[in-house]
Amino acid sequence: MIQSSAGITRVLLIAGAVCLALFPLAGSAFYLGLVTKIMIMAIFAMSLDLILGYAGLVSLGHSAYFGFAAYMLALTAPKYQAASVWVSLPLSLLATGVLALLIGALVLRTSGIYFIMVTLAFAQMLYYLFHDTKLGRGSDGIYLHERPSLAVGDFNPISLSDHNHLYYLVLALMLAVYLLLRTVLASPFGRVLVAIKANEARVRALGFQVFAYKLGAFVLAGMLAGLAGYLSTCQFGFVNPEILSWQYSGVVLMTLLLGGMGRLYGAVIGAFAYVLVQELFSYEALFGVYAKHWQLSMGCFIVLVVLLLPGGLAELLERLGAKPAAEPDDG
Amino acid sequence: MEYLIQILNGVQYGLLLFLLASGLTLIFGIMGIINLAHGSFYMVGAYLAYWLAQQTGSLWLALPLGILISIVIGLILEWTLIRHLYRRDHLYQVLLTFGLILIFEELRSLLFGNDVHGVPIPAVLNFSIPLTETLAYPVYRLFISAVCLVIAAVLYLVIRKTRIGMMIRAGNSNREMAQVLGVNVPLLYTLVFAFGMALAAFAGMIAAPISSVFPGMGHQILIICFVVVVIGGIGSIKGAMVAALLIGVTDTLGKVLLPEYSGMAVYLVMAAVLIWRPRGLFPAT
Repeated sequence: MIQSSAGITRVLLIAGAVCLALFPLAGSAFYLGLVTKIMIMAIFAMSLDLILGYAGLVSLGHSAYFGFAAYMLALTAPKYQAASVWVSLPLSLLATGVLALLIGALVLRTSGIYFIMVTLAFAQMLYYLFHDTKLGRGSDGIYLHERPSLAVGDFNPISLSDHNHLYYLVLALMLAVYLLLRTVLASPFGRVLVAIKANEARVRALGFQVFAYKLGAFVLAGMLAGLAGYLSTCQFGFVNPEILSWQYSGVVLMTLLLGGMGRLYGAVIGAFAYVLVQELFSYEALFGVYAKHWQLSMGCFIVLVVLLLPGGLAELLERLGAKPAAEPDDG
Repeated sequence: MEYLIQILNGVQYGLLLFLLASGLTLIFGIMGIINLAHGSFYMVGAYLAYWLAQQTGSLWLALPLGILISIVIGLILEWTLIRHLYRRDHLYQVLLTFGLILIFEELRSLLFGNDVHGVPIPAVLNFSIPLTETLAYPVYRLFISAVCLVIAAVLYLVIRKTRIGMMIRAGNSNREMAQVLGVNVPLLYTLVFAFGMALAAFAGMIAAPISSVFPGMGHQILIICFVVVVIGGIGSIKGAMVAALLIGVTDTLGKVLLPEYSGMAVYLVMAAVLIWRPRGLFPAT
């Protein structure tokens, strides 16, 4: 039965991917942009799922890596020319990886409430670095005059300023990140990570360097969050300190919880649900004056989800899906 | 002399942070709850001071009324929402109180709009003590420091010398054992939560005349309070006091000496302390 439910999940995931691949044929430019944004959010939430859902590390500073990679792109891009993706992407990810290594080496010495607050504090440090100093040009942030280019010599088949091209690139990367994380989690490294969450003392007693495993996951999660930040800058063409704020870390945590932790595809479901719910709450025809105050509805929604649906939407779907499958067993 | 003024400002800011952080650290230490909405209560306090001072015409009337209202809000929150979080993972506490922040912030926007408001300093305290021919120090700031010191002393005496303080310490060090010995732990939690909220609101109320009242004022101070609690050691009132003064002075001097980097300074101090002592200066357990 477990196999059949996993089979159903796999079928649903493939169907979802096909729907996303066909979506540009039907959607307008606005919705194409919205779904692109959602898929970037999904990559961001999946990266968090690796350390939160699998390794059990509650980070309230995950936006630091998203924002840092975005700033790396904006700061290294030439002023009136397109940056080359082939240079700026590895550079941004590498720099973000080094940052995650440095911060991770410090914060992973702590646990529990301390871990939450220390990750938060380091993200704030970065926020003020870009908000207060000349480096980040203050609260206005930085504009990219030209989107990064994928050209190799004269060969330039994909343009990031084309909505369709960007959409498919982000979709491909979202699937690639999903498969990468699946592979990592199925590897011995991933198994140890899951074991650490279940019983850290026992894993240590078995002779594993727990700290190194956690740090490895932390750095990988940071780099993938950086990928999402890089793509987000490609989509919108500017960065500002808000993407480094702790509120944004809260949003990605909520996205993951809403979708369901520890499943990876839960992060994708969560990204769709969160952004669509936010769009719904700010829809004026439905909420009238309260549309402007959508955060009020969002706050109530978050409180209700935490109290009533702690397993997220994925768990709800699995429960609904499990019921009909259970019937033949009785007969 | 100029530095004396800045150090006095730093100490005053630090003492104000202590009011906020002591409630936060008690709620962490005793109830095991990570409460992001603590900063919102600072904001609620400031707006209550603004609104009640306008209605009653006096900050002195606004203060007790505001404390009563914030205690009531704290009790309602604990009964309806926080109570369900005691046995849940910190993650859910973070998210539920994150939702509360959004709710408080938007309610503030609905009720009071998004303008910056001022609260007049009470006439009795609205003068300065001259330090040199050109420099003077406002008495209201000294008043804030004095009030905070009195509250700190009372807090210390209550926790060290009274029966309820004994229960709080018992609940802090071993929840189950305290319950077995007949302490009404759920009631204790309710009281501690409401009291912590009232402290935060009170800090907002007395700070309102000097900091003015503005949207999002709870966000920044919340994170600074987290830093204070982490540096001091979770659950330690003494640690909160030492760390609050350290951060207050660092932040104020940082703003004068290195304005561009002052935002980061407090976090650098925190990182340094944590490398040295991962569980804070005065680990409670």
